[in-house]
Amino acid sequence: MTIEILMPALSPTMEEGTLAKWLVKEGDEVQPGDVIAEIETDKATMEVEAVDEGAIGKIIIAEGSENVKVNTVIAILAGEGEDVSSTGISPLPTETFESETPGTASLPAEPIMVEVASDPDIPEGTEMVSTTVRDALRDAMAEEMRRDDDVFVMGEEVAEYQGAYKVTQGLLDEFSSRRVIDTPITEHGFAGLGVGAAFAGLKPIVEFMTFNFAMQAVDHIINSAAKTRYMSGGQMGCPIVFRGPNGAASRVAAQHSQCYAVWYSHIPGLKVVMPYTAADAKGLLKAAIRDPNPVIFLENEVIYGKSFDVPKLDDFVLPIGKARIHKAGVDVTIVSFGIGMKYAIEASEILTNVGIDAEVIDLRTIRPMDLDTVISSVQKTGRLVTVEEGFPQSSVGSYIASEVSKRAFDYLDAPVITLCGKDVPMPYAANLEKLALVTTDEVVEAVKTVTYMK
Amino acid sequence: MAARKPSTRTASSKAKAPTNKDFTQEQDMSAYEDMLLIRRFEEKAGQLYGMGLIGGFCHLYIGQEAVVTGMQMCIREGEDQLLTSYRDHGHMLACGMDPKGVMAELTGRKGGLSKGKGGSMHMFSREKQFFGGHGIVGAQVPIGAGLAFANKYRGNDKVSLTYFGDGASNQGQVYESFNMASLWKLPVIFIVENNQYAMGTSVSRSSAQTDFAQRGAAFSIPGVKVDGMDVREVYAAGQDAVEHCRSGKGPIILEMNTYRYRGHSMSDPAKYRSKDEVQKMRSDHDPIEQVKQRILDKGWSDEEALKAIDKNVRETVKQAADFATNDPEPDVSELYTDILV
Repeated sequence: MTIEILMPALSPTMEEGTLAKWLVKEGDEVQPGDVIAEIETDKATMEVEAVDEGAIGKIIIAEGSENVKVNTVIAILAGEGEDVSSTGISPLPTETFESETPGTASLPAEPIMVEVASDPDIPEGTEMVSTTVRDALRDAMAEEMRRDDDVFVMGEEVAEYQGAYKVTQGLLDEFSSRRVIDTPITEHGFAGLGVGAAFAGLKPIVEFMTFNFAMQAVDHIINSAAKTRYMSGGQMGCPIVFRGPNGAASRVAAQHSQCYAVWYSHIPGLKVVMPYTAADAKGLLKAAIRDPNPVIFLENEVIYGKSFDVPKLDDFVLPIGKARIHKAGVDVTIVSFGIGMKYAIEASEILTNVGIDAEVIDLRTIRPMDLDTVISSVQKTGRLVTVEEGFPQSSVGSYIASEVSKRAFDYLDAPVITLCGKDVPMPYAANLEKLALVTTDEVVEAVKTVTYMK
Repeated sequence: MAARKPSTRTASSKAKAPTNKDFTQEQDMSAYEDMLLIRRFEEKAGQLYGMGLIGGFCHLYIGQEAVVTGMQMCIREGEDQLLTSYRDHGHMLACGMDPKGVMAELTGRKGGLSKGKGGSMHMFSREKQFFGGHGIVGAQVPIGAGLAFANKYRGNDKVSLTYFGDGASNQGQVYESFNMASLWKLPVIFIVENNQYAMGTSVSRSSAQTDFAQRGAAFSIPGVKVDGMDVREVYAAGQDAVEHCRSGKGPIILEMNTYRYRGHSMSDPAKYRSKDEVQKMRSDHDPIEQVKQRILDKGWSDEEALKAIDKNVRETVKQAADFATNDPEPDVSELYTDILV
């Protein structure tokens, strides 16, 4: 049996090259790994090694030949008895694989829509307890840690210091240093270590002191945590929560004041949650910890101390991926999330006084986004204002606006306004910082614009 | 194999050099076959790449076979974890992953170990406790420390074998991992496969301190320099290291001095080293030839029997290549699966 030696490609884009030199002649015996020829392209020179054992039977393409197409037979290896007979694979022409025969496919490739459950009913007579967002988050972690020994929390100052913002207060006492772990200041390292622990089946809660510092760890969040399930064909999962304060705090300037909601919302394989109320913070963090996927959980330092009613239930878990209609209305839809809800709610109260009944939607989850709730509302009100603290270009609001224009264009009575933080690094000076953030007044003005009240 | 003396190593960064013990006939024969499988598989992968059947990047392990083969002999397969960089085919074969599935992943087919969605650099096996296959240089190192963290958290005595190269050794996250691993006494063996070149940049042109075994000194991690071309030495050092980790002493570094015969990836112009250098390594230090010579010298086998092993290995590789070239591409409906559960 003879084996055809083909002109090899040096890269997936190479189509032809020069057969510069033969290092063997007809009749020579070759072993696997022996260099038999040199080929050249405009970029590089490469050695061609023998893959099979045998004698060079015939050289078909002479050295010095230019423009030799990839996969042209350049020589024939004469078989040398039984050892060779089983070595060659039948060379298949490249064209077979470039012609995109889509296998046995019958279904078109379409995104998979997952039905998200609604919020659980709160039983009549359930006691509501005024709770800060900070305590609600702590309670969520404590409850999940009691429920599952695989859950642990790690981060800078989460244990003995009781949390840089006191979100993990008391956890060390209850769960010991085995499960509440102070890390060195090493975000890239502990984010990667958390991912490894999650690959091994644990359920880490990785706290970033602020999400600004997660920039050091972003490779592990995206390349290691978010993509591995896909890259492994579904074999591997990464049940991890990355949480911490996100967005502007107060007077901490540009490097410590940025909203990352839209950054992470860009990534398939991540879920991104950004609650406003304490009840949502608790119910969604519990869901995030139980979720088998990596979840980015964005909190806000400014609202940690704000109190909201939280239902007193043994196990209060909310669905990730479901928006909440904070206030029903008919004249305009205001969509926001996180601290943006503060401005949206304040504006809706002012607007009531001038006779505008706004519907206020809290997205709660940025990815997967509950666009159905937004679209239904816009179909009713015909007007949309989005409110967020992040930068304007490629904002969450601009994505919502594009989806609404695709799915509810005929319902719109005014152009969508997407309110954002200003397109500047956050300044330090008090007056400038105030100007850089979105404000309640801006929301009021935007609503008046889309309702043609001004 | 004679019982090894218990390690008397302390937290000093200088660990004792491995004592090279002769292999038994069984060990030499199995090492020979395991290394040959990697060598023949990689040669075939190179050929399929040249035919345009494998796309993208393809980093071959040829020359480095003794490292993973020797280490694999030290561990409990399917229990202890391992993970590595993008030069990962050898590790997958060594831990027993199906050559057909590996090759079909290289060709991007339905029967690939990642259903054709991962490619050469991204394969995993829960069954074999192989955690990738990582395409970002150095990123596997904290992940490997995290696997070790999980072992310690659960109170078992499993060990994480975390492989990376001399190039990755200059990434900051490697030292972040060293620090946490030593601080928390994590059972992780950091295996530096020093193949002398970070892509095309030699160790001496990229590293201020080229003694990689000493790279853990600042974190009180002991390190050992190992002739990574000699599978017996790899095994001896590996056994000590595994024992070190299992007994709760924390991490250890093994610097495996090895050599890659082929380019960094397939499209490597090989301008950064001389042909003589490559040829000398091949002729004087080849890990497979060393074992073969021992087998023949000791009369454990003869040329004919070794040829029969070679033939079997080639048949395995041929079947893998046939499968990988005939298996269909993934169904288009797979485009949107395996993103979330």
